[in-house]
Amino acid sequence: MATSVKMPQLGESITEGTIAKWLKKPGDQVKKYEGLVEIITDKVNAEVPAPLTGVLKEIKVQEGATVTVGTEIAVIEESVTATASAQKSQPPPPADLVAVPSPVSEEGQGGAETRTRLSPAVRALIEEHRISDAELSRIEGSGIGGRISKKDVEAYVAKRTQPAAANGERQQAATAPATAPAQTPGTTVPLSPMRRAIAANMLKSKQTIPHAWTVAEVDMTNVVRFRQKVKESFKQREGIDLTFVPIIVKAVVEGLKAVPVLNASWTDQGVLLHKDINVGVAVSVDDGLIVPVIHQADRMSIAGLAKVVDDLAKRARAGKLGIPDVQGGTFTVNNPGTFGTILSYSIIAPPQAGILAMDAIVKRPVVVDGDAIAIRSMMNLCLSFDHRVLDGVSAARFLQGVRRWLEGFSEQIPLY
Amino acid sequence: MAVKTVIEAIREGMDEEMARDPSVFLIGEDVGNRGGVFLATDGLYKKYGELRVIDSPLAESCIVGVAIGAAVNGMRPIAEIQFADFIAPAMNQIIEEAAKFSYRTAGDFNLPMVIRAPWGGGVHGALYHSQSIEATFAHIPGLKVVAPGTPADAKGLLKAAIRDPDPVLYLEHKRTYRLVKGEVPSGDHVVPIGKADVKREGTDLSLIAYGLMLTYCLEVAEKLAGDGISAEVLDLRTIKPIDREAIIATARKTGKVLVVHEDTPFAGIAAEVMAIIMENAFDALDAPVMRVTGPDVPAMPFNHILEEAFMPNPEKILLKARELAAV
Repeated sequence: MATSVKMPQLGESITEGTIAKWLKKPGDQVKKYEGLVEIITDKVNAEVPAPLTGVLKEIKVQEGATVTVGTEIAVIEESVTATASAQKSQPPPPADLVAVPSPVSEEGQGGAETRTRLSPAVRALIEEHRISDAELSRIEGSGIGGRISKKDVEAYVAKRTQPAAANGERQQAATAPATAPAQTPGTTVPLSPMRRAIAANMLKSKQTIPHAWTVAEVDMTNVVRFRQKVKESFKQREGIDLTFVPIIVKAVVEGLKAVPVLNASWTDQGVLLHKDINVGVAVSVDDGLIVPVIHQADRMSIAGLAKVVDDLAKRARAGKLGIPDVQGGTFTVNNPGTFGTILSYSIIAPPQAGILAMDAIVKRPVVVDGDAIAIRSMMNLCLSFDHRVLDGVSAARFLQGVRRWLEGFSEQIPLY
Repeated sequence: MAVKTVIEAIREGMDEEMARDPSVFLIGEDVGNRGGVFLATDGLYKKYGELRVIDSPLAESCIVGVAIGAAVNGMRPIAEIQFADFIAPAMNQIIEEAAKFSYRTAGDFNLPMVIRAPWGGGVHGALYHSQSIEATFAHIPGLKVVAPGTPADAKGLLKAAIRDPDPVLYLEHKRTYRLVKGEVPSGDHVVPIGKADVKREGTDLSLIAYGLMLTYCLEVAEKLAGDGISAEVLDLRTIKPIDREAIIATARKTGKVLVVHEDTPFAGIAAEVMAIIMENAFDALDAPVMRVTGPDVPAMPFNHILEEAFMPNPEKILLKARELAAV
């Protein structure tokens, strides 16, 4: 029986994917769950496993081509022996279900009860590596009754996080001969999937979200002094730098707790207030920008945030982010200040309601209490917000909350 | 280093400590001229004389009581209970006096004494020569309890016990005496009380044991390796104070733990180890913690088939370990 393999949906907002590399040639034997093809989407790169055991009969979409989710990309002919052995244990799942695996389809095949019994160690790994339910259903359990063991998850994670090296060239090859004839002398730089994604997102944002913009000036002197004081010991203890980002994220979390309407999304049915505070942190990478997400940032200490930010940034630059790493953001923090900017007008990442830019911290003479002039470390916090969701008063209240938290920073605020 | 048996290592440990420190002396039944029923003290009477190797009456409360009196006066006695099963008459001395002495005197006095007791079964010793007593005494605050499983640890822990300022119950497994051989570091080899030892590194599951069961678990780990299962073997060595860090570390490392002892299960050492894991490493567990122990029956029978049924052995441990690995 011939089964078609379809372009999977690798992420909630992903509509298309580019074939980076076929790991099998037509005529090759493939085993169920064995790597079949590498796919590039505008968020991440992923290896797609074969949905069943058989022979790769035909490749329908060549390397470099981009097709929409659900398009048939290959055909696998189930081999006779494979069918026989497969039928002994359990019937092969229908092809249309395996192409885009989901927990529902797995449950339909029974054994759901044992599969969903997860040990504490497995749960911890799922949390740590942000493995989605859909991914979990793809992991083959080696324990009694198909239980997914710690080893199974570790093996899956090791496979999943294979570096997406050398994708740069492939991405270029993938999208090179596109459109846009040059009207003036010059060269056309081909669009990478990431560039395309950024373009589409920014356009959508500006076309659908009525942006409003407001700025607060924050006296960062206390924070700067504190960081100066602890950064050596922090580095020694934790092995990473204590940057301003986790401290600002912590302040943002406090601000969002005070003004929950900014941790929200506009929908036609109403304003959706998010339960978790998931803060996206913009990271610039070689060919653009990616925004990995600190999930449940409201449950972390400053030190915890620093670790997560460091890990996400490192993996972003190494091209090792997984899909869950870039999903689910409810608010974004942008840090253009490292490049010396003093006023930034950021574009909101839909469907979020706001984005905060940290601009440069500069020493300036400031009038302080008692009409004295002092030299203080000052920073602008620029907030872009969705005016459909909230008004200037709430936005200002949020900025005030963030500012007060930062200005009132003292050594009493725990790092851990 | 030289290869020695457990009994040789114990004898050597006592000999070296007696030579090093004149306040160390031996007291027990037949420890003198006869050299002890297991020959643990063989030759020491000739070497150190009747004032330092004392044959006691058949009265365990006397042996321990004399030791307590000597210890409080600055001596370092080694009191031998011929078989751990005979320790009951000395219970009052050990629990009510020795364990509480330092506490009762607000630390003004302490008892630097060792009670040596051959324990455990598998030697056709029947009811009164096979018992495991570690759980009973580990329950008593104020006592230290050690149960080495190798010649090197037997010697090193005995030296540490003799030098310890507090009463230490030193359990030597009878079956290991001449069965277990191993290299003993030369020189003044001391093993700290309270430190467990990873006797074999592994990643898939952990076997935690002490005494004779250590030898069995190492055998099982070797067999498991043949199945492609990597087992870590943690030797507790000291039962009290127990090495919580080492237990938590191995549980966190493998996520699957099997605790093994020949003592009966109820309120036993395995129960305590399991509690430590549940309290401190629950989030790292990949399977329920399991145990292999002797059965909850009054004693080890003499009938050899029934004795075998009582004793945990490599086959029983292997079966349980495979079950744990497959979960």
